[in-house]
Amino acid sequence: MSTVFIAFQANEDTRPIVNAILRDNPGAVLEEAPALVKINAEGRLTVRRETVEEELGRPFNLQEMHVNLITITGNIEEDDDQFTLTWAH
Amino acid sequence: MDMKATAKKLGLKERYACMTRGLDWETSYQPMDKVYPFDKFEGIRIHDWDKWEDPFRLTMDAYWKYQGEKEKKLYAVIDAFAQNNGHLNVTDARYLNAVKLFIQAVSPLEYMAHRGFAHVGRQFRGAGARVACQMQAVDELRHAQTQIHTISNYNKYYNGMHSWRDWYENVWYLSVPKSFFDDAITAGPFEYIVAVSFAFEYVLTNLLFVPFMSGAAYNGDMSTVTFGFSAQSDESRHMTLGLEAIKFLLEQDAANVPIVQGWLDKWFWRGYRLLTLVGMMMDYMLPKRVMSWKEAWEIYAEQNGGALFKDLARYGIRLPMGWEQACKEKDHISHQAWGTFYNYTGAAAFHTWIPGQDEMAWLSEKYPDSFDKLYRPRLEHWDAQEKAGNRFYNRTLPMLCTTCTIPMLFTEPDDPTKICYRHSEYKGNQYHFCSDGCKHIFDNEPEKYVQALLPPHQIFKGRNFKPGVDPGAPGFDPLAAVLDFYGVEVGRDNFDFKGSEDQKNFAQWSGKGADPGQSR
Repeated sequence: MSTVFIAFQANEDTRPIVNAILRDNPGAVLEEAPALVKINAEGRLTVRRETVEEELGRPFNLQEMHVNLITITGNIEEDDDQFTLTWAH
Repeated sequence: MDMKATAKKLGLKERYACMTRGLDWETSYQPMDKVYPFDKFEGIRIHDWDKWEDPFRLTMDAYWKYQGEKEKKLYAVIDAFAQNNGHLNVTDARYLNAVKLFIQAVSPLEYMAHRGFAHVGRQFRGAGARVACQMQAVDELRHAQTQIHTISNYNKYYNGMHSWRDWYENVWYLSVPKSFFDDAITAGPFEYIVAVSFAFEYVLTNLLFVPFMSGAAYNGDMSTVTFGFSAQSDESRHMTLGLEAIKFLLEQDAANVPIVQGWLDKWFWRGYRLLTLVGMMMDYMLPKRVMSWKEAWEIYAEQNGGALFKDLARYGIRLPMGWEQACKEKDHISHQAWGTFYNYTGAAAFHTWIPGQDEMAWLSEKYPDSFDKLYRPRLEHWDAQEKAGNRFYNRTLPMLCTTCTIPMLFTEPDDPTKICYRHSEYKGNQYHFCSDGCKHIFDNEPEKYVQALLPPHQIFKGRNFKPGVDPGAPGFDPLAAVLDFYGVEVGRDNFDFKGSEDQKNFAQWSGKGADPGQSR
């Protein structure tokens, strides 16, 4: 199985999103570099709206991620409640 | 009076479908093939455009909203940077040569990407693909604009940024990015999208916008990192557009598979060669380094690109030609490119230097198999020569590879002490190449590449002198005349960093001394 990743700018807007991802994806590994945070996971990684809202304490539209997103890899499946990256093969 | 909404709010997928489908219609008084003349001649077979899956379901209203927020953030940083003299907070003025290379070699490509996507956004008869391409065209124009706006702050204080648009058209090393995009934009619409969305954006932009931009932050350049990350957040949409486009082509018809494989072979190699410049920026031009070119290659090409090709294997797609060689060359290309620019910096619009002792130690650590054995002795020799007053500037013209237009500086895949030369004969003329990959590309489409703009050839043809210049005049200096034609300010934009106006001004303005970061 290949690794998927998602990277965000390292700032206060993304901290709750990163926390939510680490909560929902137990195998995910956080990697920090100047100005960015990158999360790697084997095969699959999901961002769940509800968990981000819990971390954030307010309603959250998953597409708000675009403001601070840097890069991703993998096939995307996106709806109102979750954003998933996968390598199935 | 407000209307009372009774219908259930649409979900993301339905909303996106409403915004992007049904925008097209079957023509009545003109045949569809005349309205869409370009999407068939490449041999790609599309049976059902409705099978096009949109990668990100970002509708136009959400697009404006989030892009607007990104712009506000970026311009807030640019304003703060300008008001705070942020240019004095970078590690040292050597770093700014990477920014010069960015405005010279990358920003013009953003503009060309905008033109390319605006063009192909008109050429696909499927509405989903058209919408995706048009949004990307707007993105790319935004990238060109934000980069120009951001870097204009540096242009007030430092040399080497004033004529980048003209340089892109003429200057020898800038023919490398120019030829890449000229090649893509003169291809058919499907080849263009494979070249740019897939090979360039998916496999390769991560190498530029992620580790290099993180490096820009590490070197105190918050304005460059902000435009870089702001651009890359769009690239993440573009990469998925590339992935979806490729899956769509492969799923539509088995006859598309070999055509697409051919494009992947070609454009992987072309993109990889172009990224030589980025390898050099990461290993030599960032005074404080986040990761080496080799490490970045392993993460973003070998692991990430490898994952992608593993995913595509189910369609019968294999790794692109040249992949193995590119993986071998990760130990060499940045050193070979820097060595060439060190030689030719008298004819370039940026400065070069010999890395300091601590920087050489870092290179030894990152490149245990190549640096001490092959590249350190050469750098130390040049350093000793310079200290003895013999700083060497090459005044000859390099022979370029006809395909990638990079000077013939690369070595044989299995012998890093021997320059790699390949050639082909076509209609009685000899054409020269830096690699098997570039020769293969030429041999497939010779009629295209015999037209390549090779700057040294232009100089030999006498086309790179200003009107009225007489090359037969006594004491004629061809290099000076060419640089004058280019608009390179001799003695300000070029030659060694040591002793340059940039170095002196930065030392004086920042109070950091004449040799910051240089412990040699």
